[in-house]
Amino acid sequence: MRQVLYALVPTVALHVVFFGPGLLVQIILGVATALLCEAAALRLRGKPLPPFLLDGSAIITAVLLALCLPPLAPWWLVVSGVAFAILLAKHLFGGLGANPFNPAMVGYAVLLVSFPARLLQWLPPNVAGFEPVSLSFVDTLTTILTGTPPARFTWDAITSPTPLDALRTDLALGMTMGEAHANALFSAFGGKGWEWINLATLAGGGWLLALRIIRWQIPVAMLTALFVCALIMSAADAGAYAGPLFHLTAGASMLGAFFIATDPVSAATSNRGKLIYGAGIGVLTYIIRTFGGYPDGVAFAVLIMNLAVPLIDRYTIPRIYGHAR
Amino acid sequence: MARPSGVQGGLRLDAHKQRSTAHPLRTASPPEHLVLPLDQHAGAAAVPIVAPGDRVLLGQPIAEPGGTVSAWLHSPVSGTVTTIEPRPSPRHHGAPALSVVIANDAMDERHAPAATSSFEHQSAGQLREHLERGGIVGLGGAVFPMSVKVDAAAAHSAPQVLLNGVECEPYISCDDVLMRERAQDVVLGGSILLHAVGAETCIIAVEDDMPEAARALSSAVDRQHDERIQIAIVPRVYPAGGQRQLITTVFGVEVPYDALPTEIGILCQNVATAAAVARWVRDGQPLTSRIVTVTGDGVQHPANLEVRLGTPVSSLIADCGGYTERMTRLIMGGSMMGVALPYDELPVIKSTNCVIAASALDLQPRAAELPCIRCGNCADVCPAILLPQQLHWYVQGRNLEALETYGLMDCIECGCCDYVCPSQIPLAERFREMKPVLLRTRIGRATADASRSAFEARTDRIARLEAAQRAALARKRQAVRDKQS
Repeated sequence: MRQVLYALVPTVALHVVFFGPGLLVQIILGVATALLCEAAALRLRGKPLPPFLLDGSAIITAVLLALCLPPLAPWWLVVSGVAFAILLAKHLFGGLGANPFNPAMVGYAVLLVSFPARLLQWLPPNVAGFEPVSLSFVDTLTTILTGTPPARFTWDAITSPTPLDALRTDLALGMTMGEAHANALFSAFGGKGWEWINLATLAGGGWLLALRIIRWQIPVAMLTALFVCALIMSAADAGAYAGPLFHLTAGASMLGAFFIATDPVSAATSNRGKLIYGAGIGVLTYIIRTFGGYPDGVAFAVLIMNLAVPLIDRYTIPRIYGHAR
Repeated sequence: MARPSGVQGGLRLDAHKQRSTAHPLRTASPPEHLVLPLDQHAGAAAVPIVAPGDRVLLGQPIAEPGGTVSAWLHSPVSGTVTTIEPRPSPRHHGAPALSVVIANDAMDERHAPAATSSFEHQSAGQLREHLERGGIVGLGGAVFPMSVKVDAAAAHSAPQVLLNGVECEPYISCDDVLMRERAQDVVLGGSILLHAVGAETCIIAVEDDMPEAARALSSAVDRQHDERIQIAIVPRVYPAGGQRQLITTVFGVEVPYDALPTEIGILCQNVATAAAVARWVRDGQPLTSRIVTVTGDGVQHPANLEVRLGTPVSSLIADCGGYTERMTRLIMGGSMMGVALPYDELPVIKSTNCVIAASALDLQPRAAELPCIRCGNCADVCPAILLPQQLHWYVQGRNLEALETYGLMDCIECGCCDYVCPSQIPLAERFREMKPVLLRTRIGRATADASRSAFEARTDRIARLEAAQRAALARKRQAVRDKQS
């Protein structure tokens, strides 16, 4: 599982380039919490620490959850989210290999449902056209630990919605895609900053595919489904719906496709099942983004499809050698 | 030479065969005492026809078939039967099985076989009857009585013969060496089997990394002038040599899960079995010896040996220069499906294709088992197209119904899933242990079904009987009433 962490390095690096060092603080807090919770849960369950604590799975859960949080989110968000993921979503269901839901997404969903406003306070991307929010590492750290920005900044001055969030709000206000797109957050085909982060994630995911650590079925099915949904809707009414390239490079699309939905424990298991599972996540992500109450839909889409896994597994048993179809 | 398509799943493993094929085939030294378990074939155990104290000759029958699926057993030496008693048998991991023990008098005095005309002049039926008396069983490892399969294949309208020279499991090279050195026997065996079942094609399948065997076979086919015999080269993938997998590779058809290959007209025999057929029919030599690969880093001089049945494994090791100091474990069979032997005094039997004296270099270090994370690597390599990750889950939960649905009984126990499992779960072993449990519930269910239908039939019968009696009574009463009125 170490390779999965390596594959996330480009994503994390670009995230830091565009949104400052907040993510690094979130990752450190999240990983520390994850290891503590994992050790405590293993101790309580009477399991040996060495093979499980360092297998990397708890660390991946923490990093994935940290990647979903606004870089300046207060420390208790990432700590409580990771603790919920490890203790409740993972160990209460039997620990490694036995959790029906993706722990990182359970943690994120709990935070999103409980503290929606906090999770929408993103930063403007560090690109031309924006007032740079130059928070030093120390400023970032104190902001996260105290929950208030340094005196010379106000929250309003330093936060900005994500492109997905901005688009949803503007469309809800009755703007057309063209009007909404005039917002400085958007570039030619995606959201500034986000498109590059998603491309970096795609590169990391491609590397995992090449190493055969993940299989192609889930990411390809999910991204294809998302693409096709966006293509159909934007072709039907280009003024009201964002195009397929925007969706593929927005929010957690690539992270979801290559790093979250591919968690084998909570995914469908046969090759045909994986295609159905991935496509379901793609379609649900699109529906939640476009018609739902939250700007991004990957987390809920993954959790809903986790629920469907036993059903998918049951109906996608491959034809066994020597048996009629 | 046809080049058929590959099989589904499987693994490309390191062959580890060079060590044992570097030297030509040798004859193992005959032991002083031979232990011959009576159940060294699949099916019913053979029944001894000699008694302690009897003098027996080389090739003389010492036990006859104990049922329809059973086989003859012959003495591999001349000597005296010392005892017939339970002795540790390698077929049962060292548990005792009734065995004939013979003291070798080292004279190799031969039992004179009944004279027979050459096989071409016998009818297929006569030939099949003759084959049965050779004590020949499948030498690939399943040790199924050869003539039972031959009879079944002969009943098919258009049978075909497939000789399996695909020795896909690492370390084992006895068939490779046999085909290199005795290709003529294999090909003659093919001709005999063709005649016995009335087939028109015989395919000898070898792996693509056996060029010498393929060359030897094709020149033997040329010498034999039998155009019905062809050679097929199949890719070296484990377990391409599994009977069902090979049939799919060569003929492009799957054997239905509930049928034997002979039911679809395919007689699949190991090349060593065919060679044994040739020696029996041509030379009158029944199956009293076989080729055994003795290899591994734990033995001084790995080799392939022609070994008389009943020879203790320790004697083979001595013939190969003894153990090295690195020797850690003794395995009978290949590195994937072989079983560990508790000690080296166990005898070679008809199924013994290989003995590995393994050092730490030969053994895969097995780390501690971790939970399954459903990665699916096992499903990718499963040649039976199962989902081992799901089977594992249901084995843990003892969910017999789900185990039926997910095809536990279709597992061929090749061990590919274990090999690739990142959590080091001994999957094939778990499945092997669970199969009898599932089988017992099946039998239990069948018995329950049978008694239920018997009960229902009885209830029906009684009801019909009572109805008939009532009707008869009514008719009688009516007749009386008619008379009175």
